[in-house]
Amino acid sequence: MSLVHVTDLTVEFGDLRAVDGLSFRLEEGAALALVGESGSGKSTVASALLGLHRGTGARVGGSVEVAGVDVPRASDDELRRLRGAKAAMVFQDPLSSLDPYYAIGDQIAEVYRVHTRASRRTARARAVEVLDRVGIPDAVRRSRSRPHEFSGGMRQRALIAMALACEPRLLIADEPTTALDVTVQAQILDLLHTLRAETGMGLLLVTHDVGVAAGSVDDVLVMRHGRAVEQGPVAAVLGAPGEAYTRELLAAVPRVDAPRAPSGPAGEVVLEARGLRREFGRGRKAFAAVDDVSLTVRRGETLGVVGESGSGKTTLGRMLVGLLEPTAGEVRHDGHARVGVNPAVQMVFQDPVSSLNPRRNVGESIADPIRARGERDEQRIRGRVKELLERVGLEGARYDRYPHEFSGGQRQRVGIARALAADPRVIVCDEPVSALDVTTQAQVVALLGELQRELGLALVFVAHDLAVVRQVSDRVAVMRRGRIVEQGPADEVYDSPRDPYTRQLLAAVPALDPRIAARRRAERGEVAVT
Amino acid sequence: MSGFTAFALRRAVSAVLTLLALSVIIYVVFYATPGNVAQITCGPRCSPEQVHQVAQQLRLDDPLYLRYWHFLQGIVAGHDYSTGTSVEHCPAPCLGLSYQSDQQVTRIILNKLPVSLSLVVGAMVLWLLLGVGTGVLSAWRRGRFTERALTGITLAGVATPVFVIGLVLMIVVCGQLELLPFPEYVSFSDDPEQWMWGLLLPWVTLALGEAAYFARLTRASMLETLAEDHIRTFRAYGVGERSIVGRHALRGALAPIIALNANDFGSAMGGAVLVESLFGLPGIGQELVHAVTVVDLPVVVGMVLVIGFFVVLANAVADVLYAVADRRVVLA
Repeated sequence: MSLVHVTDLTVEFGDLRAVDGLSFRLEEGAALALVGESGSGKSTVASALLGLHRGTGARVGGSVEVAGVDVPRASDDELRRLRGAKAAMVFQDPLSSLDPYYAIGDQIAEVYRVHTRASRRTARARAVEVLDRVGIPDAVRRSRSRPHEFSGGMRQRALIAMALACEPRLLIADEPTTALDVTVQAQILDLLHTLRAETGMGLLLVTHDVGVAAGSVDDVLVMRHGRAVEQGPVAAVLGAPGEAYTRELLAAVPRVDAPRAPSGPAGEVVLEARGLRREFGRGRKAFAAVDDVSLTVRRGETLGVVGESGSGKTTLGRMLVGLLEPTAGEVRHDGHARVGVNPAVQMVFQDPVSSLNPRRNVGESIADPIRARGERDEQRIRGRVKELLERVGLEGARYDRYPHEFSGGQRQRVGIARALAADPRVIVCDEPVSALDVTTQAQVVALLGELQRELGLALVFVAHDLAVVRQVSDRVAVMRRGRIVEQGPADEVYDSPRDPYTRQLLAAVPALDPRIAARRRAERGEVAVT
Repeated sequence: MSGFTAFALRRAVSAVLTLLALSVIIYVVFYATPGNVAQITCGPRCSPEQVHQVAQQLRLDDPLYLRYWHFLQGIVAGHDYSTGTSVEHCPAPCLGLSYQSDQQVTRIILNKLPVSLSLVVGAMVLWLLLGVGTGVLSAWRRGRFTERALTGITLAGVATPVFVIGLVLMIVVCGQLELLPFPEYVSFSDDPEQWMWGLLLPWVTLALGEAAYFARLTRASMLETLAEDHIRTFRAYGVGERSIVGRHALRGALAPIIALNANDFGSAMGGAVLVESLFGLPGIGQELVHAVTVVDLPVVVGMVLVIGFFVVLANAVADVLYAVADRRVVLA
């Protein structure tokens, strides 16, 4: 009998059919990835395996069997005995998924006691054991820490430890590395890989990232609109996709090893930073988020700034547009020292949801920079905004619509239109596509490239995703702990990195080819920088 | 734990500074008023000689900041007042003399304080048990009949004025059913049992209205916590509903409860006038109303300072409790 056997599963929330007639099997000890873009229903499937929809008003049809339990028909008690003991789940955001008020060891011990009736002391010892198992150093002491005292990667390790506590037969991992940096992501995926080999448990990996799936599972199931598009062995599906959607999805995934199509010649220097430094905090708590950073951006070129969280890349971006004053050093526009905010340098923000005012229509948001320059003629403002909307691929008639009526990608287009409204020479994009699905990502990246060629814009592209940065950049600066560790033409930095940190970052990038992924995993054991 | 100690210390220092600021404001408001302060302080029946003596004791010839400094000295170190013929010693914390009742303000307050403390502390225990308990029950039984019934009852509790609750209780319990004698205050040191029987109805009266607020707050903030991701984690691990509600959700909901309780404790110390009057309790609230009515300035100033002290103290304790409940507070 299979470990997981799903037949004709449907899950409906009101009128919305999130999962529509899905069937699949997962054998004991095997690993399957559910891959799809947001809204494809993949996380809903994961929840359905544990019967988490019970009592929420969702309608579940079809049959779900997990470790011999008929989930839709099991009693509440049977379901509780399944959860955590036979099938355990690891969630996406490790900070919000742990109780902030209790020590991590106590939380794991609580779960262990629910299923084993063990004594407090035994349960606590078990918690330390599994924490040690997932690579938490000094597990006895750290088991007394609360979640906020752990780093993101350690929190995810702690959640995996909780999952291991009762030795489940199935591990369900719902986007387990999405909130993590690329080097930490690689560590967590390696950990899951080792644990699977050692314990023989089955793995169901839910992810939007084809690269994450490629290196971690045997089989893959591509989902779209709640249905299975294609399923089969990972090498076959990713190597020779049979369906048009799978091919589209794979084509949209940015490749870290594919050089960018060369852009036009770069012009004069439009933006320059000299010895930029920014400190936060005072006294002994002061630290430099950005430390002695110098760079130049020329007309018509894209400078990629890549780094992990906390590397100072966002702080740098904000100083470049004048949203933040540097503690030392200066920013020069067209060869002159900058005074205040300059409309010629604009910014596109990461989160297109929160960077647009939800109570104003998008036309008014785009018109802000135009009004700020003193334009008062309503007719002309409206005309210009419509022109901008069409320029970024939206209908001019949607001037009066509100942000919630747009999709994520469309909102980011609105954000770009707003930046263009000031007729900038430079646009600083801070993680402009990291909140978007890969196919949407590819469209927004293409739009930025088009605009750059047409308007001769200089772009500063700040991102954590090495592949996206390679796709768009002429030159690349790699940041770590506030400093630029390596800077140069993109091909040089990516193909023959000089700095060990750059090499470590590149080794951590998930590969689309399962064989390359396995080789990288082996290499990661060798490259290690602290 | 040193971060925690430092946090508690910082909080204590800021509490003291708040009190100092409060004392400055109160002193200036009452003693820098236009008109003859000595006459007002002494009362309408004072002779010119008495007014003159009061003016000397208040040092009205000194500039305001010196007079305030003098007042502060009295609180810290005590004072000697010369009455012409003899010297009256007012030990620290000396809040001055009430010329109208011919008593030291500190002594007046100390007489009333046990009554108010008895009333408020007892009621607080009751409103916390009742309010938080009801709130937890509503959150646990959310969407069912129990929750809707409890929501209705607490809404009625919030809407009913405290003197209505008190009057109805007194008429029914003491008048018609004769379960208790009409309440009378007996001090704890005299007879603990009588003390409790006498305060039972005042406690219930004060607590019922308050408990309704706590029930609503507890329910709302527990429902909020129950929607958080970490609750989902424990559900997905087979942890039972009782442990999820009683352990994880309640813990997450504690912070606003602690904050509301600090405020309500502080304000009830001087603000439970209605309950005090209704049950004839000689507490701080009643005394304050009396002092304001007859414009007994030293008593008003002293009372306001003492009430302020309790509000500031309650909030400082709440902040420290907050930090115990949620260690992340210490970092902020």
